[in-house]
This record gives sequence, structure tokens and C-alpha cells, in this order.
Amino acid sequence: MSTTPPSSRSWVDWTDSTRAIHRAAIVHRLDLLGHPLRWLLMIGLLVAWFALPLVLTGFLLKLYVYIGIAAIAAMGLNLLSGNAGQVSLGHPFFIGMGAYCAAVVGGDWGLPLPVWLAACALLGGAVGAATGPFALRLRGNYLVMVTIALVFIGLHIFNNWSSVTGGVGGRAITPTLAILGWDMGDPTLKDRRFAWVVWPMVAVVGLGLVNILRSRPGRALQAIRDRDLTAEVLGIDIARYKVAAFAMSSMLAAFSGGLYSAYVGFASPAEWTLVLSIQYLAMIIVGGVGSVLGSIVGAAVIISLPHATQAILGVIPNTGRIVSQMPGDGGLISVFALIQVLFGVLIVIFLTVAPRGLSALLGGLWRRLEQRVRGS
Amino acid sequence: MIDFFQILFAGFAQGTMYALIAIGFVIVYKATGVLNFTTGGLLMFGAYLAHHAVGGWGLHFGLALLLGAFATGGVGILVQTLVLSRMAGKPHFTLIMLTWAVLIVLEQIPPAIWGYDVLTMGDPWGISMTSIGPLSVFTIDLWAVLLAVAIVVALYLFFRFSRLGIAMRATAIDREAAMAQGISPNTVFNTAWCLAGAVAGVAGIFLGGGARVVSPELSLIALAAIPAVIVGGLESPAGAVLGGVLIGIAEVLTAYYVPVYAPWLGKNFHLVMPYIVLIAILLVRPYGLLGTRSVRRG
Repeated sequence: MSTTPPSSRSWVDWTDSTRAIHRAAIVHRLDLLGHPLRWLLMIGLLVAWFALPLVLTGFLLKLYVYIGIAAIAAMGLNLLSGNAGQVSLGHPFFIGMGAYCAAVVGGDWGLPLPVWLAACALLGGAVGAATGPFALRLRGNYLVMVTIALVFIGLHIFNNWSSVTGGVGGRAITPTLAILGWDMGDPTLKDRRFAWVVWPMVAVVGLGLVNILRSRPGRALQAIRDRDLTAEVLGIDIARYKVAAFAMSSMLAAFSGGLYSAYVGFASPAEWTLVLSIQYLAMIIVGGVGSVLGSIVGAAVIISLPHATQAILGVIPNTGRIVSQMPGDGGLISVFALIQVLFGVLIVIFLTVAPRGLSALLGGLWRRLEQRVRGS
Repeated sequence: MIDFFQILFAGFAQGTMYALIAIGFVIVYKATGVLNFTTGGLLMFGAYLAHHAVGGWGLHFGLALLLGAFATGGVGILVQTLVLSRMAGKPHFTLIMLTWAVLIVLEQIPPAIWGYDVLTMGDPWGISMTSIGPLSVFTIDLWAVLLAVAIVVALYLFFRFSRLGIAMRATAIDREAAMAQGISPNTVFNTAWCLAGAVAGVAGIFLGGGARVVSPELSLIALAAIPAVIVGGLESPAGAVLGGVLIGIAEVLTAYYVPVYAPWLGKNFHLVMPYIVLIAILLVRPYGLLGTRSVRRG
């Protein structure tokens, strides 16, 4: 009789060879520099990181910064909803929380940038973890409802806690913006410097998440998403992973909210509504549910969409009779309403026609390109 | 004390409207498994159309009510046919996001037609009061309660005795077995969406009548009915009624008493009250008051 005790973690007896196969398969996916094309891609990205803020001007540069900031929160939401399967409409609550944390810690108290950014992340993470009891007890539709409740309760707090949020009218948010003696807040260079700082953050968060996803916790999250009972039977500590996913997602949201409000310099509670929830969910659906790259691509599309719409309307003559700038200006539909409709239509189209989003399409193109280069 | 009972009645009337919406919800959820967030958009159609029927076409309010209900039911069928019919069996996430997406499209349509200004319903009662014993209540609230009770009874009879109603109950219990018995899924789904739309339309008309107004905000009011259905339990029509009334009373009592006794809770605290009740109840009963406790083996 063998005396080896059965593994307490799982009833599957992985032999070393299958482990090695798995590891090889997984490592291959994060092979950043293995192929000549990837060297080119990495160099291209570095050049783009340095050059884009110099090349872009005016509003396009601002848009580029907004996309980076939104991408950080979108990656967090995608981890929670796309990878762990916990659909949440509560993101604006955490983003707003980050904004006011930046206002207080970085502005009112005047603490330096690394401190207030860390404070935003910590606060978001802590409150996110505190929603843990709901994440554990509730599933699917019930959880969605609680996250909606979070948005409304957050709005109420933001509207009424005037000493922190400035009340309904909002407040200026001017935290310290110097880092290592380098002032990001310098009005003439602010956009450019923010662009240089924000995008490496996107890269760090993105690579970190890719790493988490391809290792044990990532696969555990996906098991929970696909079927949580089965995951539990397989020995995954569902409670721990669900709370961790919530905490991490809220942490990134609050971090992004702090950056955003510091960049804009102002925040009012009207920003942290369900409209924002929809935008973030649209980002991950259009970009690709469960994909880190998808979060970034989706952020780019959804953040650009309102401005692209405005630009297109500006080019086409006589749109004023159909689309008016403000509600009730005589047009059939206001720009805001039109953009909402576009969000809705985009979500429907992607969910029904391309449920894996733009990142899957991009990934397919890239693989084809690699094969062609390798083949020639 | 009389004040208290009058407010209680107002809350009850508001609650019955929530209950109607919540029942529509439960019907759709049971028949199709979809958590129907489009309700806010549907409800606006009923309210705006009734406004137009009375104010624009000069129809009798009763006719406008019928028209609003039918039209909203039609919009419900349209949503089901165009968007959701092919998505059966998809994950929660997909279905929830689809209904949200449809909602944000739907809720832009009535303002595009009728404008963003605040409109009146043109109901025959306006702000007139009726006295019941020592109480004096808004006439429209009284009608709302009576109508809601009539609709709930009618729905009960429909599900209890009509062929289609029984077919729908069978589908709710076991879809595949029901299909095997020759029940057409499309008929069942369309009926569910039509009923949900129609009751939402009626609720919308009463939520915009009396001293209240028709405006794009109506869509947000419907969101408060969703806590009602969750509080009651997603699978339970009786829970929907209970949850609706509970939420309505909690909301109206809060609106009246918080500014007097607890102003530190902030302005418009009653608007978050449904969500606080929701969270409190879900912490104790994660499947709602009368919902089915999901069986967990493991």
C-alpha cells in the first residue's frame, strides 16, 4: 500500500511532465522578445512612448492622456468582470473616491505625488475589499444590483459631504504634481509630461496583470468565472480570490480616479454616475472581455468616440437640424444623447457579432503577420 | 398620526407602481432568464405616449392608458425579437449588458420626439384629493392602487387558468420539458416581454401623473423598482409585490421624515433609500425575501 497522502489542493495527479508542458505553454504566451517582429514591436512602442507626446498637440494630446488614465481603470474592471466573472457597475464609485482622495491627501494636506497616489490606491483597495461580504454571498444578478446601489449611495455621499467633495457644485482638485523635482503641473508642459508619466503606468499595470493572469491565480479566477462550484471542488479558495479581485479592481479604479482628477483639476459628483459605468463596461466589451490588451484598445475607442462624433458632425454640413449641441436646441437628438445611443449600439453589436472584442481581431492579425514573417 | 397614515398611503401607492414594474421583471426573468434592465426605457414610452394622447390628440385618459400599455407592450416584443431572441442561454454578463445597452438607446428616443422639457400627464385628477374616512389622499394614488390590484389579480388569473399562462409557468419551471410538450418558446418569450412592457407602461403613466411630471427622469425612477424585485426575490411574483410596497413605503416615509428628524443624512436621502433597504436585506437573505435559495452542493 502506498503511503503517499493525497494532495489536499486538488485531486488531479499532475505528473511532472504535464506540469512542464503547461509551464511551457504559458511562458510562451508572455514571450515579449522571442521573435524578431516582437523586438520591432517593443522598440516601436518605446519610440511611440517618447515621441507621441512631442508630436501630438492640443486636444489630441489631452485625449491621449485621458485614454491612458481610463485604460488603467478599464484593466481593473476587466480583471473583475472579464476574468473573475463578477459583473460590476460600481466602478464610478471607486473612481470618484480616488478623485477626492487625491484632492484631500495631495491637495488639502499637500503631501507629495507618490504618497497621494498610493493613498488613492490603498483607499480604493481597502473599500473594495470591504465589499467582499457581498462578493461572497451574492451571485450574478444580485451582485450587479448591489454594485448599482453602490453608485447611488456613492453619489449621495459625494453630493452631501461638502467639506471633502465641494458638494453638488464640485471642487478644484490640485494635488502636488512634482515628482523627483520634475514638475508635471507646469501649465504649458502639463499635457506632455502627464503623457510621459501615465503610459508607463499603463504598461506596468498591464504587464503585471498579464503575469497574474497566466499564473495560478489567473487560472483560478477564470475557473471561478466559468463555474464557481467546480472551481471550489477543485480546491480553489473562492472567497479569497473573489475578494482579492474586488480589491485589486477597486484599487486600480481609485488610482485612475486620482490621476484623472489631478489632470483635469476639478471634479463634481455629476461625473460618477451610471453613465460612467456603462462607458467602462463598453470599454471592456468593445476591447475584449478578459483581455488586458482589450482594456487598453477599448479605452481608446470609447474615450475617443464622443470627440470623434463631434468632429464628424463638424465636417458634415447642416447636421444642426438633426443633432443639436444642447438638449432642446431644435435638433432631433442632442449630441450627448447620440453618443449614448452609439455606446448602446456598439455594445449590442460587439456582444452579438464579435463577443471577443477588438483585441481578438488584432491578435489574429498579429499572429498571421508573425507566421508570414517566419514562413518567408 | 393622521399625517403618518396619509404618508403611509402615498408610499403604498408609489409601492404598488414599483410592484407592477417588479412583476413585469419577474415574468421576463422566469420565462427567459433575462434580468430586464430595459424597464426604465419602456416605462418612458408609456408615459410620453399617454401625455401625447391626452394633450395632443385629446383622447380620454382611459384610452390613453390603454394605448400607452399596448404600445409599451409592443416595444417590449420588439426588443425581445430584435435583440434578445437569439441570445438565449448566453452568460449573465452578456444578457445584462445587452439589456443595459438597449436601455440607453431606448431612453433617448422619447426625449428626441417630445423634447427634454417637463411635461404633464393630463390625467383627469390632477392634484385633487379624495377623503377616505379621516384620511385625505391624492385621487390618482387611489386609482393607481385600485388599478394595480386589478392588474395583479388579472395576471394571477391568467397564469392560473389560461392555456398560455400555464404554458408560461411550465416554461419557467423546465424550459426543455415545456418545449417537448409543444409549447412554442417564441410565443412564451414574446408574451412575457409584452406583459412586462404593458405593466411598465401603466406604471410609468401613473408615476408621471398627479402632482408628478413626465420627464426623462422617469427612467431613473424605474431603477428604484429593481431593488424591489431583488428584495422580493427574482423568481417570486408575490415577492415582487411585497418588495415593491416595502420599497415604496420606505422611500416615501424617508422623504417625509428624514429632513425633519435626521437632516444630517443629507438632501434627497429618499432617493438612495431603496438601495439601502436592498443592501440591508441582501446581507440577511442573499436570495431576497421570497426568492428561491439556490441549492449549493459542495
